[in-house]
Amino acid sequence: MQTPASFEYERATSVEGAIASLQRLGSGARIIAGGHSLLPMMKLRLANPEHLIDINDLAELSYIREQGDELSIGALTRHVELEKSELLARHFPLFRDAENVIADPVVRNRGTIGGSLCQADAAEDLSAVCSAVKAKAVIRGAGGERVVGMEDFHIGPYVTAVGEGEMLTEVRIPLRPGGGSAHEKVERRAGDWAIAAASAAVWIEGGKIADVGVALGAVGPTTIHLSRAEELLRGKAPSEGLFAQAGEIASADCSPSADGRGPIDYKRHLASVLTTRALSRATARALHQEA
Amino acid sequence: MHVSISVNGEQVSREIEPRQLLVHFIRETPDLTGTHWGCDTSNCGACVVQMDGQPVKSCTILAAMCEGHEIRTVESLEVDGQLDPIQMGFHEQHALQCGFCTPGMLMTARALLDENPNPTDLEIRTAISGGICRCTGYKNIVSAVRWAAEYEAAAKQEV
Amino acid sequence: MATVENLPSAQTERPIGFGRLKRKEDARFIRGKGTYLDDIRLPGMVHGAMLRSPYAHARILSIDTSKALAHPNVAAVVTAKDLETLGLAWMPTISYDTQAVLAGDKVRFQGQEVAFVIATDEYSANDALQLIDVEYEPLPAIVNARKALDPDAPLIRDDKAGQRDNLASPTWEAGDQAATDRVFAEADTVVKRDIIYPRCHPAPLETCGMIADFNPETGQLDIYNGNQAPHAHRTVYAHVAGLAEHMIRIKCSDIGGGFGNKVPVYPGYVCAIAGSIVAGVPVKWVENRDENLISTGFARDYVMHSEMCAKNGKITGLRVDVIADHGAFDSTAQPTKFPAGFFHIVCGSYDLEASHVKVKAVYTNKAPGGVAYRCSFRITEAVYLVERMVDALALELKVDPIELRMRSFIAPEQFPYETTTGWTYDSGNYAETMRVAMDIAGYEDLRREQAEKRARGELMGIGVSFFTEGVGAGPRKHMDILGLAMNDGADLRVHPSGKAVVSISAQTQGQSHETTFAQIVAEELGIPPEDVEVRHGDTDRSPYGLGTYGSRSTPVSGAAVAVVSRKVRDKARLIAATMLETRPEDLAWEKGRWYVKGDLEKGAMIEEIAVRAYSGEPMPTGMEGGLDAQVIYDPPNLTYPYGAYIAVVDIDPDTGQVTVRRFIAVDDCGVRINPMVVDGQIHGGLAEGVGIALMEVLTFDEEGNCLNSSFLNYLIPTALECPDFELGETVTPCPHHPLGAKGVGESPNVGSPPAIVNAVIDALHQTHGVDHIDMPCTPARVWAAMQGRPEPPQ
Repeated sequence: MQTPASFEYERATSVEGAIASLQRLGSGARIIAGGHSLLPMMKLRLANPEHLIDINDLAELSYIREQGDELSIGALTRHVELEKSELLARHFPLFRDAENVIADPVVRNRGTIGGSLCQADAAEDLSAVCSAVKAKAVIRGAGGERVVGMEDFHIGPYVTAVGEGEMLTEVRIPLRPGGGSAHEKVERRAGDWAIAAASAAVWIEGGKIADVGVALGAVGPTTIHLSRAEELLRGKAPSEGLFAQAGEIASADCSPSADGRGPIDYKRHLASVLTTRALSRATARALHQEA
Repeated sequence: MHVSISVNGEQVSREIEPRQLLVHFIRETPDLTGTHWGCDTSNCGACVVQMDGQPVKSCTILAAMCEGHEIRTVESLEVDGQLDPIQMGFHEQHALQCGFCTPGMLMTARALLDENPNPTDLEIRTAISGGICRCTGYKNIVSAVRWAAEYEAAAKQEV
Repeated sequence: MATVENLPSAQTERPIGFGRLKRKEDARFIRGKGTYLDDIRLPGMVHGAMLRSPYAHARILSIDTSKALAHPNVAAVVTAKDLETLGLAWMPTISYDTQAVLAGDKVRFQGQEVAFVIATDEYSANDALQLIDVEYEPLPAIVNARKALDPDAPLIRDDKAGQRDNLASPTWEAGDQAATDRVFAEADTVVKRDIIYPRCHPAPLETCGMIADFNPETGQLDIYNGNQAPHAHRTVYAHVAGLAEHMIRIKCSDIGGGFGNKVPVYPGYVCAIAGSIVAGVPVKWVENRDENLISTGFARDYVMHSEMCAKNGKITGLRVDVIADHGAFDSTAQPTKFPAGFFHIVCGSYDLEASHVKVKAVYTNKAPGGVAYRCSFRITEAVYLVERMVDALALELKVDPIELRMRSFIAPEQFPYETTTGWTYDSGNYAETMRVAMDIAGYEDLRREQAEKRARGELMGIGVSFFTEGVGAGPRKHMDILGLAMNDGADLRVHPSGKAVVSISAQTQGQSHETTFAQIVAEELGIPPEDVEVRHGDTDRSPYGLGTYGSRSTPVSGAAVAVVSRKVRDKARLIAATMLETRPEDLAWEKGRWYVKGDLEKGAMIEEIAVRAYSGEPMPTGMEGGLDAQVIYDPPNLTYPYGAYIAVVDIDPDTGQVTVRRFIAVDDCGVRINPMVVDGQIHGGLAEGVGIALMEVLTFDEEGNCLNSSFLNYLIPTALECPDFELGETVTPCPHHPLGAKGVGESPNVGSPPAIVNAVIDALHQTHGVDHIDMPCTPARVWAAMQGRPEPPQ
């Protein structure tokens, strides 16, 4: 069986302690939570950290709660908790859409939202989900907290705004009335990474799209924020024709590469289909018309 | 480093390398080789054990991470010579052939029934979708889980 | 008609032999108490790990093991140089080729074995792999079989004297070319297709491995190894290591699935053995999953051009021209005198006027192997081809695909039937089986539903396949492996207690031999199955035989058990006659008992006879004591199971995703010893068929890098992709098998991929003009086909 290379292990007892360790140990240190992205890379010896800081004991990072006009999710919240949370499903049903198709239920018992976002794999579903709902990432370091929008969080493939000596602690999502959301994914088989995925959130006011977020997974080097499509949609009355136009923009604005999951033209096609579907379902949910 | 992990209700203490995977820690415990491994990428589910009652893939967890947690393996299912209904179901419904995926399937299915005593076929199929069986085509595994659910429901009524 | 011989007796009812009996082997497996290879630990055991080539084709300039050797936990690093001194650098393959155990001159596929590390533990062995420096000079690689014979193709096997190109074996032909040309000239309809059966992999859930334990004091070599043919392996090791066979003992562990992957001898095994001989301690080597996928026995990889013709609406002829990709070494584990195994069963279930088959095999820079994955020696490729061609012809003729099959089937009265490529099918009623499948499916209703859905823009397909297999290899006059006849032994001893032990040479990997073979003895001798211990998997405790693959357990080993049971029964008759003071010919048998004809009360139970056989009482004149017998069974012919399969698929018109909604399988495997076990075998093979048709494939980039080296990319269906399989049966007993059984293990894998692919094309033909697609039918490929680009795999 493949086995990781040697490393030192420590268990954090507080967020401050974990950050202090990160600072002390430098770039050779990695945080481990669910471990379902990091450990397979370590077994392949693609990741060879010298130190692992285990944050699984930090219960204070595991929660989903309403705080004023925001919904807050602790970084250590596991996929299974995101999937089962009624609070989250009520406000942002796209989380449940996504969680139903992320890896498999056993993996979801361990993997965390923080781990998924920090892995920053372009095919990772929660990155698109968080982008669509305009979430913000709370990053803590020795000097305190900073909050960055998802568009600034994903810097490139496998690279995030979380710097050396910092950790992601929370995801915050603004709560607004009239919202609906959906996540759509095509995969080769249950549990596989997406060939393409689309997340959409809409906020309807007076029959018009007051605001909208659309993001794509697996069709570019990192999560794709569809700002041109959002501009098109904002202020207009929702319709299938409009969503199809948004889909065309999605197809044009993504930058997929060919791989074992499919060629470029197919992925562009899926970007369009899934964007259209996600917008349509998100709108139906906002209007409480979902079939 | 020294770890002490509760495995099947007994405290197992050992000096290990921090990099030791839980599946190896378990399999190095005498008489606990029922937990298997079949891939290196968390895809096959042969290594599934329960951690605090939840099924997890023990090939993707460090033993060091398990101190303070309850690990249960397939060997814990039979109590005082009495098979767990899920074991009985697998036997009754011919839900195993080579037997290699069976421990992982049993631990996954046991956790499902603990949480959802009357699952639909789709719920069963979803629950076991993190495990690969090359022999059975899953049909009889689904039947076995249903069999165990019905057995437990009947047993409850009798009480 | 009831005769005295088969009337029930007044005695207590004897246990049944055949029927749905729950399995004996479950008791250990459901408790986690199976003993698979990696569960075995021997005192002083060390661990091996294999360094493999990152290149598909490269010259090895140097190998520096010094850093690895300096690792405190490393005992040895073995390279080709070390093996050369032992004469073990190359090993013979089952197909009379040679294969490098460790590469010395060149690496010829990505993942080829380069160096073997032995360390105190697995983690250290893995660490040491990273400390070995190998300098390579990359060479151009050939991964496409169609380019292997190009004049400018790099020569892969420059190690073979006289090898000037990448031809692995000369072109081989079957059938009658001239007659086939005539039939095609007279035909009114001809269709042509280029069909690829892509490379896929059995990927048993337990990977391959071995523990070799050589005792320097006694010279005894004990081998622990999950393998499908322990006796044949022992003979190979005896030759390679120069040891007497009785100094080698192979003890098979429980096997976590085989599917043909555990038939070949792999370099890792030879390294473990060599390592133990040199180090004098037990050496364990177990593959990682990536090693299993990139280096061990793959399946298929046939590039096939075919033409099929019809006259007056009936199939009349078939032409096939195949390029077989054997990888870098020809190690196809196939036993026939035919270089392409049983491929020429490609005439299928049809009464053709003529056919002609041509196969040539090439070397490529890919892993060796070729006949694994629930496949009776290339029958899978043959069935896929003919069943795809029949559908292509049905499209051309605008006739329902079942109708065309019905018109062209070999009729029941034509059996025994000699095919145009020389096979003698012994029995069958194909139309009946087809009709049972249609009834279960509700075929007419499905066609109506399809039309309604099509009108709504929904895509639904119904696909059919009808296969005939030849399994149970095989008659010694026709086939062997390395000169070893493909026979199987059985030893049966009934003890004085009336309990019995039957030792067999077949080796279970999940096929339930411990249960079903006990049922055969029960059926034949009336001893309850729970009182029959089935012993297998240990070369010191079982008779010689060739093992379990090619669906041969029931046809060959099962027959051996039936015959040996009958021998014991015959001996029991003579003893019973002495006991009952009558003549043997005056005795009649019914389960478990010889009794005097016409006097049901007067008889002897098998356990009473057993007591007598071992007692001090007199035996029949000239007969030795004890109640036992042994046989080596040589099958007179192959068996020919067949079946009718129907798949129903739905396709998302926007994304191309295929869902197998229903799958109906009606198998005729003759008499079913344990129908529960037979159904289980079929379920498993159908799931594999779903995998092969939709997702399982080994692909390579231009440089020869394998793109499916883990379960992240070698996709195997989960419970969510497999439908709730619907089974049916017909029973046409095999006329020459003592039990009328035919074998079933491989049928579902053979028959299901063409049904699913035919269903995909059926869904897309009318609306999108699709008349061909190659496997696997991934969403991307289906979508491309819908756009008019049925791109084949590279």
